[in-house]
Amino acid sequence: MPVNPELQGRTFAPTAPYLVGREKVREFARAVLSTSPLNSDPEAARAAGYSDVVAPPTFPIVIGELTLAQLLAEPDAGIDFTRVVHGDQRFSYTRPIVAGDELTATLAVTAIKSLGGHSMVTAESTIVDGTGAHVVTAISTLVVRGDE
Amino acid sequence: MSDLTVGEIIAEQTYALTRDTLVRYAGASGDFNPIHYRDDVATSVGLPGVLAHGMLTMGFAVQPVVDWLGGDSGRVLDYQVRFTRPVLVPAEGESVVTVVAKVGALDDAGARIDLTVSFDDATVLGKAQVRVAL
Repeated sequence: MPVNPELQGRTFAPTAPYLVGREKVREFARAVLSTSPLNSDPEAARAAGYSDVVAPPTFPIVIGELTLAQLLAEPDAGIDFTRVVHGDQRFSYTRPIVAGDELTATLAVTAIKSLGGHSMVTAESTIVDGTGAHVVTAISTLVVRGDE
Repeated sequence: MSDLTVGEIIAEQTYALTRDTLVRYAGASGDFNPIHYRDDVATSVGLPGVLAHGMLTMGFAVQPVVDWLGGDSGRVLDYQVRFTRPVLVPAEGESVVTVVAKVGALDDAGARIDLTVSFDDATVLGKAQVRVAL
């Protein structure tokens, strides 16, 4: 089943608030081989002007996973996850994520393109904090392989 | 940093990935796709073997730039990559990935740092660019 072209332009309900924990930031930082003390030491982060440990630049993907789940669960999407590969990824930051943030993501499908039997789905997650202020936008292009 | 020049290498780092690295990333990120830890599943979907998560590669590839910024990832304004080739990680041993970070462009707002990320003599990320405030 090909990806439904009518997905283009669709916006999803905001995800449930995600509370960023200090230990989660430390765990993620170790996993991406970070050596920055700002990612693990609250004192170092405070000395640099942040309220708590700072998440590495790709941490927003943890919240992005929640929006991806929404997209895959959409009954008429026609996206078979076993055929999905990550094409490209971009993050545009207003500020870094820090422990204590309560984040909500809103997903919009911005483009669906066909390319040689494959479908390219571009989805944009806008992530805001508890006050509604923008933190980061994560733009992902997924390549859904067609029948071979 | 005001005396930067376009083309200058600002950081260079190698990272050795093992299956352990992949499992830790799976747990931390929540991406438990078995192609990142099970050979049988990877080969059954036509892959040459277990692959590192693209987001893991994107995640560590920016770290040399963050270190160059004094560890302050808050100065990263924008970061994008294209996933062009997979990084295969064997059940035993390690896969070494090299990151070279070079000044791609300079303007009033800061700099664009271009990353060359290589494994097995091939580039694994395309258009890997980090915009930073200086």
